[in-house]
Amino acid sequence: MNTFARLLSGAAIGLAVSVTSFAAVAETPANMLVIAHRIDDITTIDPAESFEFAGSDISRNVYGRLVSLDPNDLAAGYKPDLATSWEVSEDGKTITFTMREGVTFHSGNPVTAEDAAFSLQRAVILNKTPAFILTQFGFTAENATETIRAEGNKLMITTDKRYATSFVLNCLTATIGAIVDKETVMANEVDGDMGNEWLKTNSAGSGPYKLDSWKPNESVTMSSNPDYYGGAPAMERVIVRHVLESASQRLLLERGDIDIARNLNPEDIAGAAQADGVTIEDELKGRLMYIALNQKHPELSKPEVRQAFKYLIDYEGMRDSFLKGQYTIHQNFLPATYLGASEENPFSYNIEKAKELLAAAGVEDLEIEIGVREAQERIEIGQSFQNAAAQAGITVNITVGTAKQILARYRARELDVYLGAWGPDYPDPQTNAGTFAYNPDNSDEANATGLLAWRNSWDTGGLTEKVDAAVVENDRDMRIQMYKDIQAEFRETSPFVIMFQQIEQSALRDNVTNWSTGQAVTSAAYWQVTK
Amino acid sequence: MALAEDSGKGRVRASLPPWIKTTILTIGSIAMTMLGLLFVTFIIGRVMPIDPVLAIVGERASQSTYDAVFLELGLDKPLIVQFGYYIWDVLHLDFGTSLLNARPVSEDIARVFPATLELATLGIIIGIVIGVPLGVVAAARKGSWIDQVARVLALVGYSMPIFWLGLMGLLIFYGILGWVGGPGRVGIFYVDVVPSVTGLILVDAALDGNWDVFKNAFSHIILPASLLGYFSLAYISRMTRSFMLEQLSAEYITTARVKGMSEWDVIWKHAFKNTRVQLITVIALSYANLLEGSVLTEIIFSWPGIGSYITTALLSADMNAVLGGTVVVGLIFILLNILSDLLYRVFDPRAK
Repeated sequence: MNTFARLLSGAAIGLAVSVTSFAAVAETPANMLVIAHRIDDITTIDPAESFEFAGSDISRNVYGRLVSLDPNDLAAGYKPDLATSWEVSEDGKTITFTMREGVTFHSGNPVTAEDAAFSLQRAVILNKTPAFILTQFGFTAENATETIRAEGNKLMITTDKRYATSFVLNCLTATIGAIVDKETVMANEVDGDMGNEWLKTNSAGSGPYKLDSWKPNESVTMSSNPDYYGGAPAMERVIVRHVLESASQRLLLERGDIDIARNLNPEDIAGAAQADGVTIEDELKGRLMYIALNQKHPELSKPEVRQAFKYLIDYEGMRDSFLKGQYTIHQNFLPATYLGASEENPFSYNIEKAKELLAAAGVEDLEIEIGVREAQERIEIGQSFQNAAAQAGITVNITVGTAKQILARYRARELDVYLGAWGPDYPDPQTNAGTFAYNPDNSDEANATGLLAWRNSWDTGGLTEKVDAAVVENDRDMRIQMYKDIQAEFRETSPFVIMFQQIEQSALRDNVTNWSTGQAVTSAAYWQVTK
Repeated sequence: MALAEDSGKGRVRASLPPWIKTTILTIGSIAMTMLGLLFVTFIIGRVMPIDPVLAIVGERASQSTYDAVFLELGLDKPLIVQFGYYIWDVLHLDFGTSLLNARPVSEDIARVFPATLELATLGIIIGIVIGVPLGVVAAARKGSWIDQVARVLALVGYSMPIFWLGLMGLLIFYGILGWVGGPGRVGIFYVDVVPSVTGLILVDAALDGNWDVFKNAFSHIILPASLLGYFSLAYISRMTRSFMLEQLSAEYITTARVKGMSEWDVIWKHAFKNTRVQLITVIALSYANLLEGSVLTEIIFSWPGIGSYITTALLSADMNAVLGGTVVVGLIFILLNILSDLLYRVFDPRAK
């Protein structure tokens, strides 16, 4: 539905609601949580393969991990989950986990170190899209059984070199770190696929919820695991219903037929906030909106020009208008709530300053092309930037295209400027540092399309080495400082104009407590929710 | 001898009963239409600017992962070879696996099509039951208030955006009055309560004798079905009025009236009877349109039907799902055409 249609329907509903009142509000049962959410991005629920938001929500509630994040205290970082403790060898390359005793999978099978080893080996051997989260530690299909092994109640993982323990453990809290029931999975193996085909649509976990069903584009149903080692969740049943349209989600919420609406647009958020019995909760998510300048362009590679572009963004104007409630200003590559995140946002909208910088660089009558994917908010940001740039004497031609068209050119280093979004892959600062500020080989032949610095032909000028150093630093405070320093330098020198960080707004019935979408670092958790 | 053989063959051809010839022609026509449909959809799917590989591996996959999936999907092969493989699979009733949700497309279609069938059937029943009499009365009372009402209804039906009417309907009848159920096929407490036999919840609930589920499902379907019914009746009533006006101005109607036949008999037994053949086409077309799935209605009412299934698949570059859905929709059109032809033969003596 286009923006006009959305506004029209939002306005119509708003008007009607303001002059009338709803029929007697229904209520979902006290032990049941009903959520309206867009779940059409789920392509698989195999944790070795799942890499989408809605799929990660399922995994977070169905599978246990060696270590995981507490939804009630995300700032504390990883905590023991299926592993009760861990020790790091002297050379810093081997971590030995001690498994929790007495925990069972939903099948009734005990959770063992052998299951944990199998799960991680499996993810490495299958080598699906998120496998890089593990393989970056030197695990390969060939060495997986030696580097990840179980002995009794212990699981040992040996990395190819010393890494910060927090880096390794943070990665193990990601979806790919989920521990699956080896016996159940292998009983469903077909043609040596390690149960991949079966696990795409079934589950074999030990988490607080059991998956009852996933009907694509329709619903996800879970029931509580009464044997969960952390205690049976208060919500005995969780139903996530696929409701695409924001206005429909709002009606369901205001009628009391659901407890949480997760995809209300700004108009419906504003309307629902006025309704009786509804509260709105904001959480910062990991997605960053940014503009990147291709350093192959002779003018865009000048340091003053890179600086000038950072003053050509109407940060506050956009935040307070079409991005209202959806994004906040953020000018660093680590999203707020991440380890090492910086709250410094030194750039503001300043045309005169930009003009001075452009003049200092000797740039006149610059004409550039900016590639934007066909998403409304991105196009609007592009247009705002186009207007500001025009005032500084820069002609910006906006090319709007599909993901295939724009991304293909971005990945091939062909665009002058790219306007897009980036979300972290796992809850460790390396996830973004390793792509924004890391580029060991800037040659075309390197073809490092996964690195944003490479896509923009940016030789990071020493930041690559600093990122390498931060990822092996074991002192947590020192590591935090290193990322803050890297970001300070990055803000000043990089060709990236990081502008905004996403906010997720959930609308809840006011009897729902302890709701968490997982902030920037993880996914939604249901087991701590009460009503 | 050669001559005798030739003439023998000629006799065989000539002796084929007409129904066999008709059947062969019909099957041939279906096969050619389906082949054309598959070919066009396949080509559109390949030239559209969506990358099925990116849709699977995601934006940040490495080049090697991208290349591996590219090969896995057979996209390195010439288009004609890819099409050949596809036709071969379809002939074996294998629509492949959905690229995005890893399930067999045939299973997905078996799940979403009954939802559309149930909605469309109720919608077309509402359209016929109200639209046909309305059109007949509007023609019989041309220029009267009822004719004006029918014309306004048709005009509104044509011009009003369906998403707006749907949202207003939900707001009023569900949100404010609480007379009907909200979005979804059934309330959350009734999900998976009755065993799925036909996939049609009303039918399954009746078969199971579970009238609570039946009532709840009916309360959910009645609003979207009425909405679709309204759009159908706008078309059906307008066409019925037009066909009836044509018949009522014919000489045989004047003759019937001169003979003293009652107005009821003139309208229903003579004029209406002669519009049936044309109406069958109109109704079949309306029904086929509804069976394609009304995407906006399905979105607003969170109705998991084939329209939103194909649209989502198309936007996600899930070409197996798009092609599977297209084959089913194409078959529906063809079957409804055949049904129309059969009904022509029943109602129109000239077609026999």
